[in-house]
Amino acid sequence: MADPMRIRAQAQGDKAVVRVLMSHEMETGQRKDSAGKTIPAWFIQEVTASHNGKAVLTAQWGPAVSKNPFLQFTIKGAKAGDKITVDWVDNKGDKRTDEAAVT
Amino acid sequence: MVTRRVMLQRSAHVAALLASAGLLPASARAAWPQTAFEAKSLADAVKALGGSAPVESKDVTLTGPDIAENGAVVPVACACNLAGVKRLALLVEKNPNTLAAVFDVTDALEPSFSTRVKMGQSSNVFAVAMMADGKVLFAQKEIKVTLGGCGG
Repeated sequence: MADPMRIRAQAQGDKAVVRVLMSHEMETGQRKDSAGKTIPAWFIQEVTASHNGKAVLTAQWGPAVSKNPFLQFTIKGAKAGDKITVDWVDNKGDKRTDEAAVT
Repeated sequence: MVTRRVMLQRSAHVAALLASAGLLPASARAAWPQTAFEAKSLADAVKALGGSAPVESKDVTLTGPDIAENGAVVPVACACNLAGVKRLALLVEKNPNTLAAVFDVTDALEPSFSTRVKMGQSSNVFAVAMMADGKVLFAQKEIKVTLGGCGG
């Protein structure tokens, strides 16, 4: 299991800005190791976010997203105390779900 | 204390074990648009995502540095001022595969995202907005990279 995500959701007026920092290698599949063998690709393919249980965002990522990916998005109509859940699935089928409350 | 390094090593080890046991599927999700992520150009990627020919527009904004010191971590943000955005995508023209990320926008979201991408070399970066009415708009920005993010 991968390390937990760091999620910070801040209410700004009638919106909430959500910042997520995930912990993932995001290996592109283009690099070679010291023996000259290609390191297989290993990256997050799909990220979903929900607000109080309702899905609001689906994102598909390629290997070009940086290592330990950062993502920021804005949810309309979210207020302090609301629950934000973020989960990701990588190309090896590994997954991780974390949640945070809007402050 | 379990450090991050140890943790990463362990998870890599477990994943390798699972892979060798044949427990993991080749592709985790069928929904992942593989052809789009294998596309080599803006037009091909948009086509693979089911869009028409992209048109440059001022309503799409792409923010990022003019010069990125480290191509492995380039902060970029894309946004669209118009209503009815269905999808926002980020593309890096000279990467081996152009498409970097796709965001499906719902009504509950502002069409505005920030993330960080890798860039192999100095290149144009595109933000593409696919609208509900079928139009495809894009904005571009040239980002110069002093140290590539795909070497090693």
